[in-house]
Amino acid sequence: MKKFETLTSTAIPLEIEHIDTDQIIPARFLKATDKKGFGDNVFRDWRFHKDESINESFVLNNPIYTGSILVAGTNFGCGSSREHAAWALVGYGFQVVVSSFFADIFKGNALNNGLLPVQVSEEFLQELFSIIKKQPDTQVTVDLKHQVIVVEDELEETFDIDPYKKTCLLNGYDDIDFLLSKLDKIKAYEAAKA
Amino acid sequence: MKKTLFDKVWDAHVVDAIENGPQVLYIDQHLIHEVTSPQAFQTLEERGIPILRPKQIVATADHNTPTLDQDKPVKDPLSRHQLEQLSKNCEKNGITLYELGHRYNGIVHVMAPELGITQPGMTMVCGDSHTSTHGAFGSIAFGIGTSQVAQVFASQCLLLKKPKKMRVTVNGTLKNGVLPKDVILYIISQIGTNAGTGYFCEYAGDVFENMSMEGRMTVCNMSIEMGARGGMIAPDDTTFNYIQGRKFAPKDEDFDAKVAYWKTLPTDEGAKFDKEYVFDAQDILPMVTYGTNPGMGIHINGHIPEHIDASFQKSLAYMGFEAGGQLLDTPINFVFIGSCTNSRIEDFRVAASFVKGKQKAENVTAWLVPGSKQVEAQIIDEGLRDIFEDAGFQLRQPGCSACLAMNDDKIPAGEYCVSTSNRNFEGRQGQGARTILASPLVAAATAIEGKIVDITKQLN
Ligand code: SF4
Repeated sequence: MKKFETLTSTAIPLEIEHIDTDQIIPARFLKATDKKGFGDNVFRDWRFHKDESINESFVLNNPIYTGSILVAGTNFGCGSSREHAAWALVGYGFQVVVSSFFADIFKGNALNNGLLPVQVSEEFLQELFSIIKKQPDTQVTVDLKHQVIVVEDELEETFDIDPYKKTCLLNGYDDIDFLLSKLDKIKAYEAAKA
Repeated sequence: MKKTLFDKVWDAHVVDAIENGPQVLYIDQHLIHEVTSPQAFQTLEERGIPILRPKQIVATADHNTPTLDQDKPVKDPLSRHQLEQLSKNCEKNGITLYELGHRYNGIVHVMAPELGITQPGMTMVCGDSHTSTHGAFGSIAFGIGTSQVAQVFASQCLLLKKPKKMRVTVNGTLKNGVLPKDVILYIISQIGTNAGTGYFCEYAGDVFENMSMEGRMTVCNMSIEMGARGGMIAPDDTTFNYIQGRKFAPKDEDFDAKVAYWKTLPTDEGAKFDKEYVFDAQDILPMVTYGTNPGMGIHINGHIPEHIDASFQKSLAYMGFEAGGQLLDTPINFVFIGSCTNSRIEDFRVAASFVKGKQKAENVTAWLVPGSKQVEAQIIDEGLRDIFEDAGFQLRQPGCSACLAMNDDKIPAGEYCVSTSNRNFEGRQGQGARTILASPLVAAATAIEGKIVDITKQLN
């Protein structure tokens, strides 16, 4: 997994609440056998009209908003547990999602894929939305080590993260790396049981 | 210290623990299927990590498979590719696969218990939320995400925080016509779809003690529908008798030694649970759901409650029902008996015993989808197919089918389907389809009558 320490980027405001994983990646794309290509289909039915033409009014299609931070309304990632939703966001190029609440399973899936969910207060979220909309080139900095999100000189808030997951992200290792480091213990356990 | 069944099994599988963090939990048995495994295989391959214990993995194809013409090539190219990928991955890694058409093929949660793979005291996982089914044997069994599938491939372990414990006790004798499905639908309707969030649930009391293994599986299957990661029932003679003689069951002295261990697993008298619920069997009647989550259930002759919140209203609008109304006499055009909740032989026996000598209503399309090739063979051997076909039902081939409608088995938009599956979410059985969850007996009676009827009146 890629290391994550700090990220400074512009951000994309997706002002919708309760975005479920079916919207992030529609069910018909679950027949794929690799993680590639999900980025092309992220928010598929919002980005494109039924006839495949581009939906110009959707924020991801608005050229004034760019960056690898997605800012979304509360209860982001609810619904089905499909990990494909995290792959789609990462595949599209997002490294951070900011929201005032994340669905539990989505949060775990995101962290397992190096996508940092930053949970902020509702007030912070609303101010962030209005700042980005006024000034789309606003730089947002997410500092994982100090667990703080800073919006230029205007806004700042700390956020929580599981200490084990934080260590993983900072060092660029994931659960697989950690479990492999325990292989001797795992084999000893098997031997004792046999 | 006094321990619960869950504590005993969990604690016996902890390999290591991180201070203030998760524990390393050893997984005895890993089940996989075509939809949630390919990316996990890919992860290991990209990183050059071998699969640690391929002999502890068993694979089946179920979610994406057609339920007609299984001997012919799968028509949908994406589904076919996914199935081929599973075959390739299993072959390359030396994993046992019961692919489409194999005599052991079936829905992962039907196939594993009937082969004796599922045993008490085990830890089991699968990239599928209804893995909770296997807890019926007194094992810790739960669904995982694809990253976790890869973790188990690499290390046969998972990093987890130990969940809390709850117990649901149902004492007394069930009324005539009340099946295990009604018991679990009743429990969820009483405690809600979030009551189990963060917990592992043990089911206790006479009702579960007197239940068959098939019935216990139906109950544990739907633990996830009340938010719990898994459900468990203490292993007893019913469990041991079910396992004995099955393909992967321990044999002779090994079996006796295992039974001696399994007998130590039930919850100690006086062990503490974080949360307890107690119900009386006499309060349970056949159940139906009227809304779009499995907690929205009522007695078959009951009235839909009145709530003002927006999501409740939205749900009723989707279903085309009204607060205060009844489901009795609602005309129904589709009946589905299948899914990992109710597609075992006992489910078809109970349906057949009702259907025998009757004719389905003309308006009804009635699909019977066995949970596995073995169940299908039993249906034929026991003469149930003839009973069903004489009545106008269609026996299809095994798979998940209309439970999630990933293949062609979809319910048309706007139509009601009385279904023995486990989820009645919007669009679950096809875009715009309206699902009413029920027992196989209620489903069979609906097919005969062409509408929802009070089954208890016919039985008594
Ligand atoms: S039958 Fe339905 S619930 Fe069961 S494993 Fe298949 S899709 Fe999931």
